[in-house]
Amino acid sequence: MAEDIPNMEDALDIPCLKVGAMEGLKPFIAGADHQEALGFPGELVPNWKEKALEKMAEMAETNRAFQVYLDTCVKCGACTDKCHYFLGTGDPKNMPVARQDLLRSVYRRYFTFAGKYFPWLVGARDLTEDVLQEWYSYYHQCSECRRCSVFCPYGIDTAEITMAARDILAHVGIGQKYSNEIIGKVHTVGNNLGLPAKALGATLEDLEEDIEDETGVSVRIPLDEKGADILLVTPSADFFAEPHIDGLLGYAKVFHEAGVSWTVSSYASEAANFGLFIGNQDQMREVSLRIRKAAEDLGVKRIIFGECGHAWRVAYSFLDTLAGPFDFLDQNYPIPQHILEFTWDEIQKGTFKFDKSKNDHIRLTYHDSCNVARASRMGDEPGGQFEIPRNVIKSVCNNYFDMDRDTTRESTLCCGGGGGLLTDDLMDLRVKGASPRMTALQQVTEDHGVTHMAAICAICKTQFSKVMPKYGYDMDSILSVHQLVSNAIILTGQETDDAEEDND
Amino acid sequence: MLGTIYALLFYVATALMVVGLAAKIRRYARTPAPLRIPTTPSPTTRKGVVLRMIREVVFFESLFKSNKWIWAFGWVFHMSMWLVLARHIRYFTFDVWWWVQIVQPFGTYAGFAMVAGLAGLWARRFLVERIRYISSPSDHLMLALIIGIGLSGLTMRFVAHTDIIAVKAFMLGLLRLRIGDLPADPFLMIHLGLVAILMIIFPISKLLHAPGLFFAPSRVQADNARDVRHVGRWDNEEGASRG
Ligand code: SF4
Ligand code: SF4
Repeated sequence: MAEDIPNMEDALDIPCLKVGAMEGLKPFIAGADHQEALGFPGELVPNWKEKALEKMAEMAETNRAFQVYLDTCVKCGACTDKCHYFLGTGDPKNMPVARQDLLRSVYRRYFTFAGKYFPWLVGARDLTEDVLQEWYSYYHQCSECRRCSVFCPYGIDTAEITMAARDILAHVGIGQKYSNEIIGKVHTVGNNLGLPAKALGATLEDLEEDIEDETGVSVRIPLDEKGADILLVTPSADFFAEPHIDGLLGYAKVFHEAGVSWTVSSYASEAANFGLFIGNQDQMREVSLRIRKAAEDLGVKRIIFGECGHAWRVAYSFLDTLAGPFDFLDQNYPIPQHILEFTWDEIQKGTFKFDKSKNDHIRLTYHDSCNVARASRMGDEPGGQFEIPRNVIKSVCNNYFDMDRDTTRESTLCCGGGGGLLTDDLMDLRVKGASPRMTALQQVTEDHGVTHMAAICAICKTQFSKVMPKYGYDMDSILSVHQLVSNAIILTGQETDDAEEDND
Repeated sequence: MLGTIYALLFYVATALMVVGLAAKIRRYARTPAPLRIPTTPSPTTRKGVVLRMIREVVFFESLFKSNKWIWAFGWVFHMSMWLVLARHIRYFTFDVWWWVQIVQPFGTYAGFAMVAGLAGLWARRFLVERIRYISSPSDHLMLALIIGIGLSGLTMRFVAHTDIIAVKAFMLGLLRLRIGDLPADPFLMIHLGLVAILMIIFPISKLLHAPGLFFAPSRVQADNARDVRHVGRWDNEEGASRG
């Protein structure tokens, strides 16, 4: 096995400090074209210092969280062992409070009494080009997962500081290639993959055929169908990547059995919203407005989101603020709704017939995705985002085992690839950041013989299919929750002879 | 002379603290929260949020989940501090209120617990590698300051008694804008001097965590995004530009 994989006894083992361990690790910087497409300067502007400080002043005035979080931290240290990147790398600058301090030290120097007159006392420092580079490095070693926020006595959310820092950097000309390029594609083509409408249509037709071949039932995956009741907005990975596609087949079967009319939109063929990752609310709004426009143009009554973590955060928490009010939709349904809420409702109504034994070759655990767990909700009760996916899983699967409680639900550990870090140039960080989660997984494998893990986030799924092999699992050990639904559901009219055995 | 110096010091310290804190709180309250960002799971109603905040303030709930050592030291320190502060009310009212009398014995010994809690927190700044890494000089000085207040107070209470009747007369005078005399007791000088410093730096230091807690969006916002529309800056900006 590769030598750079951290060796952990327990998922939450605290490493010794390795100062500078991840220093200098940086994702590719966005070129001028990718910067300018989003309205950012193409390269480092000559007056970057004034610009950066201006932006910081603006943030302090327009974002309460930024201001309060920078002032409030008492350096108690409670968050220091809560970040998976710290646990996986040992680099002290990956401790949440230390990560905040990279920016707080500059904020103090220019905007607080103590930092202006007694910088040495409060650890304040000047903004230099080296500081910018350090920001670029360590603010791209945070997946904006909010685990630290759960454990901070004041709720200080390092993700907010990371977003602010990335936004400042982009404004002075240092953007991240991966995220900015993707946002550009959404603006021009409609999805992260840059998949044009025609290709999307062809893909969906192929998938329809696949379902028919498998079940003998014709199940539609409609595209741009005006007058449909439901607009499904799902991460574009669901159209192309494994195991995401199997989840999409699951949604299609669920909609089919529930007898609702639905459609995908080619204009808003993307649930992901990387505007969140780069901390730019205007970009986030522009991407969100595409969904509104698609819903209006298609005349739908409801919007349902597919399995995607940060997309559900943006949808659940921000969509109404950014692109609402949605008074043209049917107010009898949650706006927006999560596919798992839909499926769970229908399961409770008894809509579906399941053959749970179809998943008997799987011993399953479930990974709570950060943004679903700590930045959104499902259902009416707090914590529904934990119960509903598990309820659905248990309805279709016989062998289910939770991982250690300290690594699930609101304490869940990030997959290691969230927050705009799912790029090959950060692979080292991704592998190390995944180690706490992988260690918790190995624990349930030892204790209960768990073979597979399910997730409801496109980023988690891609990240795990890449890193799980490094921890001794097959790359298809990561599953979509709706893939399990798809396996177990027996469509009306489906020939139920077990002649065709599973071929995996 | 001494009385005048300390009287002026306390007037100035009080003014700086009150004005400084008011300005900060006003700023926090006026700074908009563009988006709804409660860290979930979170209460869905205002009432639920109030209960959550009471649990945070009284029990340090999140800290308890987070780190038992920091919680134990921090909680003991803060709760003892409240008892000690309550006990001190007797020096500012002519007749001692009944509940202040009840608090008196607890408040006296809470002084020890307070110093013990602070000492524990300080020890962690040296002993735990991670916390040593994140500590700046000001973090050490803050602990030194409060421990100094506690120790000088305990000394006057248990070792070298000061003329507390005279101190009370001085404080009651201050409240009526009459500057009296203060006993020239070194421990009293230290005690009151450090308290004044603490008051002065309150609005410009991490002591802002006290008001800040009530303005942290991740804690005080209700998780009701789908029920109540959170209006951000975009509504006023340009309702028309929407596709
Ligand atoms: S837990 Fe909160 S207050 Fe404590 S050091 Fe971390 S960010 Fe600061
Ligand atoms: S938000 Fe997540 S990745 Fe970022 S510092 Fe906090 S725990 Fe680490």
